[in-house]
Amino acid sequence: MIKRTPLVILGAGVLLAFVPRLGLPAFYDSLLYLMLHWIVLATSWNILSGYTGYFSFGHGAFFGAGIYTTTTLLARYEWPFLWTLPVAALVAALLGAALGAVVFRVKGVRGELFALLTLAVTFVIGTIVVNTPLDGGQGVSLSAVPVPAVGPTQSSTFYLLALAAATLTMLIAHAIVVSKFGAGLFAIHDDEDAAEVMGVPTYRYKLTALAISCALAGVAGGIHALFLSYVTVGDVFTITVPLTVVLMSVLGGTRHWAGPAVGAIAITGLLYSFTAADHAVAGKAMTGVILIAAILFMPDGILLRVQRLFRRGAVPADAAIARTPLAPPIAGIAAPARGLSGAAHGAELLRVRGLHKAFRGVRALAGVDVDVRRGEILGLLGPNGSGKSTFINVVSGHYLPTAGEIVFEGKDLAGHAAHRIAGAGISRTYQIPRPFGHMTVLDNVALATLFGGAVRDPDAARREAMSWLEFTGLEAKANARPEDLNLHQRKFLELARALASRPRLVLLDEVLCGLTPSEIDDAVALIRRIRDQGSTIVFVEHVMRAVMALTDRVVVFNHGELLAEGTATDVMQRPEVMTAYLGKAHA
Amino acid sequence: MPGFTLPSASLLAQSILSGIFVGALYGLLGLGLSLSWGLLKLINLAHFAFAFLAAYLCYQMASMGVDPLLTLVVIVPAFFVAGAALHWVMARFSVTPFNSLLLTFGLMGIVEAVIQAVWTADFKKLESAYSSAKFKVGFLYVPIPELITLLLSVGLSIAIWAVLRYTDLGRALRAAAEDPAIASAFGINEKKNALVLAGTCSALASVAGVCLALSFSLAPSQMYAWIGVVFAAVMLGGLGRALAPLLAGTLIGVSEAVTMAVTAPSWAPIVSFTLLILVLVLRPGRAT
Repeated sequence: MIKRTPLVILGAGVLLAFVPRLGLPAFYDSLLYLMLHWIVLATSWNILSGYTGYFSFGHGAFFGAGIYTTTTLLARYEWPFLWTLPVAALVAALLGAALGAVVFRVKGVRGELFALLTLAVTFVIGTIVVNTPLDGGQGVSLSAVPVPAVGPTQSSTFYLLALAAATLTMLIAHAIVVSKFGAGLFAIHDDEDAAEVMGVPTYRYKLTALAISCALAGVAGGIHALFLSYVTVGDVFTITVPLTVVLMSVLGGTRHWAGPAVGAIAITGLLYSFTAADHAVAGKAMTGVILIAAILFMPDGILLRVQRLFRRGAVPADAAIARTPLAPPIAGIAAPARGLSGAAHGAELLRVRGLHKAFRGVRALAGVDVDVRRGEILGLLGPNGSGKSTFINVVSGHYLPTAGEIVFEGKDLAGHAAHRIAGAGISRTYQIPRPFGHMTVLDNVALATLFGGAVRDPDAARREAMSWLEFTGLEAKANARPEDLNLHQRKFLELARALASRPRLVLLDEVLCGLTPSEIDDAVALIRRIRDQGSTIVFVEHVMRAVMALTDRVVVFNHGELLAEGTATDVMQRPEVMTAYLGKAHA
Repeated sequence: MPGFTLPSASLLAQSILSGIFVGALYGLLGLGLSLSWGLLKLINLAHFAFAFLAAYLCYQMASMGVDPLLTLVVIVPAFFVAGAALHWVMARFSVTPFNSLLLTFGLMGIVEAVIQAVWTADFKKLESAYSSAKFKVGFLYVPIPELITLLLSVGLSIAIWAVLRYTDLGRALRAAAEDPAIASAFGINEKKNALVLAGTCSALASVAGVCLALSFSLAPSQMYAWIGVVFAAVMLGGLGRALAPLLAGTLIGVSEAVTMAVTAPSWAPIVSFTLLILVLVLRPGRAT
């Protein structure tokens, strides 16, 4: 099943290559060329923007970079046309990578801000091009450049070039969707912070996706330059290119690799049928109407809509995959978490020294020292606002520490990116569960296995994830969406995700909060089993019953400082701890 | 790259003045956009379509002999209703901010097509008593249509600012922007207020449209030319703030005008967009 789709794409490409031999009027070649051209642009846009949710309005800039690279090489340096295409791809990719390297470092630039920023870049680059000899203000004519004889006629040559580009683009888009890389991109779309904490190198992934997207747009631009044979800045660096590709992708469905292509064919065909009948104005209005209807009635796109219609009847295909084989006996997985073997129980696993975290003057952690020993359950207690969650956020890399050291298995992890900390063997849960909303429960867990657990193959990861769902009792929900789970199940999903990377240290942030007493009993039993299968646990909790039942040792925080340390029964009777929790008695 | 030519003092002063005038129009166009984005969480590209539609209606009535400023009496209420109706649809389908951008882009295409069908794609210029009227202050020429734009822009910005700051409606709108659910739990009729605000935003767009008709030639495709620079003004100022678009718009207008005077007109766009990029990259928190 996995190998089949690329063959189908390739086969379709080869079959379509024979179309010029049918001897259709040249008019069809141009229509088909335009469809393929927009398939490349929309699909390439989707690789960053559809998969990760970073909607770029700068696709015109990268497309334009390709156009002007080819134009300049042809008109000024008289390169052979085909050789200009790789250069066009390279220039566009470098431009995108340079932009991404700056923009993706800024945490707040998401959503609409990213869209506007990329739009602004389009106009800046357009202005530079029009004012330099690249364009010179009048546009550049390529009418003197010979069109290479790839096909029997000139128009068929363009058709074949675009067909090759479209086939390549579709193959790449599909390969990304089924790969680990694609899984990471989709996780970024749903919750970038959680993805990073699960071990997805979000910065590198976004940058790579942008570069690939730009390179393909650059190729489309290079071909289109010769197709137009006369290029002007006013037609290239506009808002129309990005908006058209957004429209096509949204219409077809941005979460499917073939969605943008479906949208591109639909819209190009529609526009063409109107222009052909000399109703360009009506075509413009129709496009608007279709866009509005699509947003209102099919916010997920045509393709997902159709897929859903088909799934409703038949047994879901991927349910079968997940259930049939493989889930290895739990003992096989659960016995040794990596690294446990040599080291003795009770040896130091994590050493935190002088950990500071300040938020613009507010000191959430004021120099705490905590040791975690291998194999123990350490309770982390303290009143609200004492710094417990900040501690977890800093150790897991969600926040950068202001000062201090975090030594895990002998390596200082302070200041490392969260995905590297996840890879080193620390995982965490969120107090309010943060599942990836568009993924199934199984894929949520598989993502942690892929990245935190450094598994390469998504299918292997799914198999392993299934056993974690069994471990947490969620196997019946494997193909459900997180939104269909109740709070109790969502908390267990958090646990399954935290375990799926086979961490040596699990940080649990108030997993019991909001559960009913009987659910708490289940959870307590589960946490015991987590420890028994080899993970060390740091456990932030307010439910004292569970703290007493589970912990080997507790530390108490107050005002960002370490207040007490010892066994739970001992510590909770100390006067300073009681004061911190209950306030001072007025005598 | 064109050489730098140092313009004379009077030419520079004249271009700064024209920068202020065009900046006032940026601000007026940006005002409704910023309010709708900041307070309603809807990015309304149709704002530009509304402005152009109003401009064409003004042009039509003026060519039938009506004083252009008098057309506001009809245009403003009509666009208030149109804006409220659009918002009602978007609220009904609970459209996300991003989808609102796409949806209103679709609407923009429809309006463009309608304008093109009725008034053709050719440039149209409103001729009225104001068109070429100007007076001279010292060595500076002050054109009347631009002056009207400036006065309207400043007046409306201050009025909206005062409403948001000092009236119950303004406080309720700001509260609802923070958290609609909590606001309605405190007895604010958030849905009704949102309709009023959305209507006001497009009424503001229509005023901007009349100003546009007073000083610029109109063509349907021109509506796209304003998007970038007006968005720059909105982002630069910060969302949902009444005076900010005017100030940011003026800053952009003046720096563009000076750039044009010192280098060449074709370099002008680089100023606003470089400013926008710097704001987004250096202070991303402020705009959200």
